[in-house]
Amino acid sequence: MVKLPAFLRTIRQDIDKLPRTYLDNILTKPGPASDPDWIPGLETISALESSKVLVIGAGGLGCEILKNLALSGFKDIHVIDMDTIDVSNLNRQFLFREADVGKSKAEVAAAFVEKRVKGVKITPYNGKIQDKDEEYYMQFKMVICGLDSIEARRWINATLVDMVDMEDPESLKPLIDGGTEGFKGQARVILPTMNSCIECQLDMHAPRAAVPLCTLATIPRQPSHCIEWAHIIAWEEHRKGEVLDTDDPEHITWLYQRALARAQEFKIPGVTYSLTQGVVKNIIPAIASTNAIIAASCCSEAFKIATSCNPFLQNYMMYSGDEGVYTYTFETERKEDCPVCGNLARNLTVNPNMTLQEFIDNLGERAEAQLKKPTLRSEEKSLYSQFPQSLREQTAPNLSKKLSELVVDGEEIGVSDPAFTIAFKYKLIFGS
Amino acid sequence: MAETIITPPILQGPTAKEKKYDRQLRLWAANGQAALENAKVLLLNSGSGVVGVEILKNLILPGVGSFTIVDETNVSELDLGVNFFLEESSLGKWRAEETCKFLQELNPEVKINALKESIDVFADNPSRLEQYSLILLVGPTTNARVLEKICEYADKSSIPLFYIHCQGFFSHFSVQLPAQFPIVDTHPDPASTQDLRLLNPWPELLEFLETKTRNLDSLSDHDHGHIPYLLILLHFLNIWKASHDAQAPANYFEKKEFKALVESGARTNNSEGGEENFDEAAAAVLKSLNPPSISSGLRQVFEADDCQNIKSTSANFWIIANAIRNFHTSHNGILPLPGALPDMKAQSSDYIQLQNIYKAKARSDLAEVTRTVRSSEQEVGRNPPIEQAEIEAFCKGAQFVKMIHGRPIRVAKCTAEIDWNDRAKVLSPELQTPDSLLPLYFAFLALDRYQDDIDRIQKVRKPADDEQLNDIMAGRVVSGAVPPLPMFAESAHFSTPTIDPEHDPKPWPRFDTPEARTTFDNVVKELDRADRGELHNIAALTGGMVAQEVIKVITKQYVLVDNTCVFDGIASKTAVFNI
Ligand SMILES: [Zn+2]
Repeated sequence: MVKLPAFLRTIRQDIDKLPRTYLDNILTKPGPASDPDWIPGLETISALESSKVLVIGAGGLGCEILKNLALSGFKDIHVIDMDTIDVSNLNRQFLFREADVGKSKAEVAAAFVEKRVKGVKITPYNGKIQDKDEEYYMQFKMVICGLDSIEARRWINATLVDMVDMEDPESLKPLIDGGTEGFKGQARVILPTMNSCIECQLDMHAPRAAVPLCTLATIPRQPSHCIEWAHIIAWEEHRKGEVLDTDDPEHITWLYQRALARAQEFKIPGVTYSLTQGVVKNIIPAIASTNAIIAASCCSEAFKIATSCNPFLQNYMMYSGDEGVYTYTFETERKEDCPVCGNLARNLTVNPNMTLQEFIDNLGERAEAQLKKPTLRSEEKSLYSQFPQSLREQTAPNLSKKLSELVVDGEEIGVSDPAFTIAFKYKLIFGS
Repeated sequence: MAETIITPPILQGPTAKEKKYDRQLRLWAANGQAALENAKVLLLNSGSGVVGVEILKNLILPGVGSFTIVDETNVSELDLGVNFFLEESSLGKWRAEETCKFLQELNPEVKINALKESIDVFADNPSRLEQYSLILLVGPTTNARVLEKICEYADKSSIPLFYIHCQGFFSHFSVQLPAQFPIVDTHPDPASTQDLRLLNPWPELLEFLETKTRNLDSLSDHDHGHIPYLLILLHFLNIWKASHDAQAPANYFEKKEFKALVESGARTNNSEGGEENFDEAAAAVLKSLNPPSISSGLRQVFEADDCQNIKSTSANFWIIANAIRNFHTSHNGILPLPGALPDMKAQSSDYIQLQNIYKAKARSDLAEVTRTVRSSEQEVGRNPPIEQAEIEAFCKGAQFVKMIHGRPIRVAKCTAEIDWNDRAKVLSPELQTPDSLLPLYFAFLALDRYQDDIDRIQKVRKPADDEQLNDIMAGRVVSGAVPPLPMFAESAHFSTPTIDPEHDPKPWPRFDTPEARTTFDNVVKELDRADRGELHNIAALTGGMVAQEVIKVITKQYVLVDNTCVFDGIASKTAVFNI
């Protein structure tokens, strides 16, 4: 064992009871960038160890996040994931083995890290984040998200923003979010109601434009058009009522064969099994190294927030490894008209001759909305409601009406979607 | 029409391996995977060494061929708190072997090896490096001599080498590549790769244009709304040229005028009030009508001596580059057509026909390049012939090829200055730039130099002087023999350098402004705060970055860091410098 110099020994006297870690080096001394009022030492270490944190997602990012948090001194970690382990996870989700295929990701990951890192407790929940209520989320110091679903991100963001009680600083739960695609990714720190939230930033992550149905139905040109045709049209025609399971090889093979036949009919080259799978499941390439970068970035920010040992990220880091290494670190602005954390209605210029159905389709494609099944009301009445069925039937005739028949120029409408706990406010301005 | 019978291909789902590696094959494809599976990686590990292990994790998961860890240390309590690939029962055992055991679980296909040896001893016999395809060296090493020897040998044997540092909130890595490292498959953004050659159309394309736009005004609304935008542009280009001395729109204002001309061709008496294909055409005016030009990367390749004077010993890259250069010269500055066509509003059959016209032209250009390659091969007496696939890949990506010129890693020694030669002029101004991360790189050099100094003193002292030695090992010498790192960094080496290369051939870049000096001092203090320890997060993050770069080197795909990268975990920023 290395004998320590005298002055180091004195600093360490009060923490001699704890096992020594490299973390102590940082947590027992101030640094040039740490807050001058910050007090290093035991108190900081125990604050870190008593911080209960929640990890959402135990996939590619989640496995890394759990490992990193456990080795950053966090002792009480909870993890939620509804997925089971698939063989295609094994190239990056390093807490899983071939023998684990089919088991719950949250449970296997939690047990693995708990066994490997001494003194850490990891509590798994095999289910959806929507199963839990505010009381559950209130127990955590912060939430770290490693998800591939935009819906789930928006849901937890809206929930955490809603939970903020200005009288109670403990109700503000920092949300640290990571995402990757291929060699690229991003990490962001959200302080609900204090800075820009996930909903404010939604237009930075625009969805790919959908191919118009008429292209799929009549003039396919790309292999993906043939696959989408099989996926959306042929399945409905031949296997109506059957739920398409994109993990069922028989289903994928069926779609592949249909797509291939259609491609041959139009002499379109390039339909393969792998492409079929990619299009139908909307597969995003994922590798271990990018997950490592983004997850570690998220956890480093979590560590800095929990200990105050150094300033944390304000508030967005974009990483790109396609061409050299490039990071862009910047502060995104909060939007006053954000449907989650703002309170102003958003101005939206619309063609008054557009039908309500066209308007709804447009909401689904708009980068800042991305709503698939919205319910809409004007100041006076319900314009279109998804639920209950009676109201849907009652409002369905509005779909074919022009906007000018339903609202007046400058009227505010409310838009909500059961998938999120978000209500949008739009002020419709008539234009072309 | 005769009935054609198309036999459907035999349906074969993906193999077990394709399933497991599906998400990465979508990035680097089967050829990249094969390269990865043939790679033999060597890790020379020092210090707490977590960054080295994290790099390996990110290479084992995607299926690297094999790796060897050189590390003689035994597992300490400190290791357990920072290294995920160890457990409590590993305490006191040989670290490399224990780590290998847990890493092997990640992928049974990877061959794993451990050598119980210090890097110092390994460096005495560097010819053993020969058997590896890539070297990872984790710093700081015990002294400059070790680093120098390994770097020199790797350079001599053209083995790519990464030198990596990770301490506290900061990290650094440098890549030492062979003097010439070409990348053909750079994976450019698909939107930037579209060379439609509209300003240099060829007969088959013009013939198709004629059949589709001959009676434009009398076409039905349906047909008019489905003319591919590319033909719309060509059609209006002809009209434009007729009134502009046969010249295409050249500047921004002419292009705007041309765009208006295109827009005026759209039929608006329909329910949409316009036509999608005309919208596509108008939107493509600015980017599709540029005269042919080549990227600076390709220009450098064309201008290189190796490209202009090929020999029997020239690499494949140069033989093909030479043939493409000939093509470029004899076709007035155009490159072989890549042949890809973006999606556009069109009837299926028209689109497919257009696609075939582009593919056929790409094939004939490729054939021309191939002929030049074959005649060069004969001329210089070169065997065996270069594979057609390699020539094709080059033709497709010609605009985006990159040649990286490897430079040796700079070794900081206690007894001698680094020879910065031409780099001093570039680095000194960068050092004065506010918020530059370059001081971080110099702080790591200071750390290396400090280590070299400790090693020197250690060798002078008698090993029996235990107290002293232990203190040195702890990184702090209280007796004053070696000052703490910040005081060391403040010493003459860093505070009073000269930069005038005419008077001093080996200057240290200096800190001209007090701000730059303060940035450097703060980085050193923060490094010192970590007291040689790694933070797991920073090691994991750096392990991810280095693994990405290693994969790029091995697969020869994507563009890699040239040649030094630093990460600041406080500001959450990276920077890349050519050093
Ligand atoms: Zn917001």
